[in-house]
Amino acid sequence: MPKPSPKRIPMRAQKPEKRRYNFDEVPFGYSPEEAMAEAQRCLQCKKPSCIKGCPVEVDIPGFIGKIAEGDFWEAAKIMKRTNVLPAICGRVCPQEIQCEGSCVLGRKMEPVGIGNLERFIADWEAEQAECVKCEKRPPTGKKVAVVGAGPAGLTVAGDCIKLGHQVTVFEALHKPGGVLAYGIPEFRLPKAIVQREVDFIRSMGVKLVTDEVIGKSRSIEELFGEFDAVFIGTGAGRPWFMGIPGENSLGVYSANEYLTRSNLMKAYLFPKYDTPIVKGKHVAVIGGGNVAMDSARTALRLGAKESMIVYRRSRKELPARAAEIHHAEEEGIVFNFLTLPKRYVADKDGWVREMECLRMRLGEPDASGRRRPIPIEGSEFRIPVDMVIVAIGNSPNPLIPGSTPGLETGKHGNIVADPKTGRTSKKGIFAGGDIVTGTATVILAMGAGRIAANSIDEYLKTGEW
Amino acid sequence: MLGPGIKRFELDARDIARKALPGQFVVLRIREEGERIPLTIADTRPDDGVIAIVFQEVGKSTKLLGTLEKGDSILDVIGPLGNPSEIEKFGTVVCVAGGVGTPEILPLARALTQAGNKVITILGFRNKDLILMEPEMKAVSSELIVTTDDGSNGTKGFVTDALKQVIERGTKVDRVIAVGPVIMMKMVSKLTEPHAIPTIVSLNPIMLDGTGMCGACRVNVGGETKLACVDGPEFDGHKVDFDLLMQRLKIYLPQEKESLELFKKTCEHQGENDA
Repeated sequence: MPKPSPKRIPMRAQKPEKRRYNFDEVPFGYSPEEAMAEAQRCLQCKKPSCIKGCPVEVDIPGFIGKIAEGDFWEAAKIMKRTNVLPAICGRVCPQEIQCEGSCVLGRKMEPVGIGNLERFIADWEAEQAECVKCEKRPPTGKKVAVVGAGPAGLTVAGDCIKLGHQVTVFEALHKPGGVLAYGIPEFRLPKAIVQREVDFIRSMGVKLVTDEVIGKSRSIEELFGEFDAVFIGTGAGRPWFMGIPGENSLGVYSANEYLTRSNLMKAYLFPKYDTPIVKGKHVAVIGGGNVAMDSARTALRLGAKESMIVYRRSRKELPARAAEIHHAEEEGIVFNFLTLPKRYVADKDGWVREMECLRMRLGEPDASGRRRPIPIEGSEFRIPVDMVIVAIGNSPNPLIPGSTPGLETGKHGNIVADPKTGRTSKKGIFAGGDIVTGTATVILAMGAGRIAANSIDEYLKTGEW
Repeated sequence: MLGPGIKRFELDARDIARKALPGQFVVLRIREEGERIPLTIADTRPDDGVIAIVFQEVGKSTKLLGTLEKGDSILDVIGPLGNPSEIEKFGTVVCVAGGVGTPEILPLARALTQAGNKVITILGFRNKDLILMEPEMKAVSSELIVTTDDGSNGTKGFVTDALKQVIERGTKVDRVIAVGPVIMMKMVSKLTEPHAIPTIVSLNPIMLDGTGMCGACRVNVGGETKLACVDGPEFDGHKVDFDLLMQRLKIYLPQEKESLELFKKTCEHQGENDA
């Protein structure tokens, strides 16, 4: 085998100066030739470490090997055996700390572009007249209810239907996808792709019910009249605010609201779509994760002259995906590191006009292993803003924990579930994703869904808890 | 049609009808391009799987909703959302409502009467032509007082004047519930506070998902930020920051105006075409 080139094949993308004005997807994806060339960089390790880095354990060398040979059909089949949402994972997983972070090539050169290749093979398959069919086990006659059609719920649904169970997914919103539909913007994850992956799961026989708020119109207990097992994947519901003065001023949004307006309700197409959104000119986004990057880049596309990230630690600690930080920088997002908002100042009508901030310095590492930010006394300064988006995370959605007696919850209101099985304190009820862990990533929710699906299967076979 | 610009619809929504309790609301979306509209559940008939909603045609979405006719369908309806009203035997409860709040308070007044309370209902309208549901409210109240701002019917004055009279005439009021315009709820709360009468208000901030996910509907209650959709919609009127609520209800005024103008133009255009 020839020595792999040290650099990966770059993915062509819209130019920053153009894309900052539109909502079209940023990268274009690999051509078949580019994909094959990149796939040929893979060393096909005998003991692949990349698979261990993947929460759903995709057979990475397997599918990449087939791409290298040009056998895309076989590659797609291998992929879909373990991952029912590849077009989404290829786009939103933090590959640099998962599969690509474990790639042997990465020790000396750029790791294989696993995410890019995953995206390529999923998009290639979607363009074919026929899609890969997954093998299904014979019907078991058992019924599984999945609450929440986000990444965790869709994974459970896809896995359980393959295992021969009947599956119904209940979604509170009018569209399935959870955070994939309301949270992640079109320019990062086109909604047509989410729809495609949902359609695939539906084509396997999963029943999908939207507009049904479990915990309100029907309780979890009532579901057991019809179903043999229930999976709860209702996600990180309630947005956190900092609790500082002026935070309820007009023009201060939670990232959930801002992104839901833009993505799910298509407020960026107002007035063709009826949902309005504030179009700030000087926008500050509080936080340093993917949601913060999405918010800052959305504000730019909605006409902001200046869109900035305000983050209390330094660049090194930013939790966002490397690709998102890179894209945000290219588009001209301003980064204010080591900065913490202290209060917001509003005008007489209540609109936010300024934010008072403190400078920070980094101290000793805290429980998360990152250096703790410490305010510098007397360092107050003001930044003029007309819109603020608070993107500092969410606490678990309260509807189901609050309406299911006997379901054990943790101190933040999260549902307590065994990470090895997804089992909760109540027989037949499983949970996974952000409702258990608090704000995390799409792929970790999918990983929890995978574990829960296998454990549901075992429970339905044995009836043992 | 209940009154000028106020309409009542019955919707087929079996799951919601089965579970809905007084004080809860639904969120609906009329069409694919539509916004999510929160509306109080004004009545339910669980056996028929029917819920009733009442709305005032003020903006584009409510006007569009008003164009629907019997047999038409609404794209999405979710609910019942929010916490139900606290219904128990309090003693004497005064239910205060104004305008479109009237049909919303009807199920509360009924439930409170059924729970053994003496219910005094005070309804306020601008003039006699706008009076709504007088007989229905009478049927569920021990006493009904109707006020009009101009005195064209009933007592002249505001609901607060009538409430003041009830308190001053020596009626021992154990609880007040107010549903209607924010300014009315604010004035009612202000009036009852020195008398230490527990006062419950049903808040109507701007909402989006209605399930606690977005934070659009945050209100300040006793110095704490609460979400009206999951922590409410009913709160202690003596603790609510009504001025903030009034400000926050104005966030989208320019867009609401733009949307309405566009809708009116489209309607006129369609009218011409039809002619």
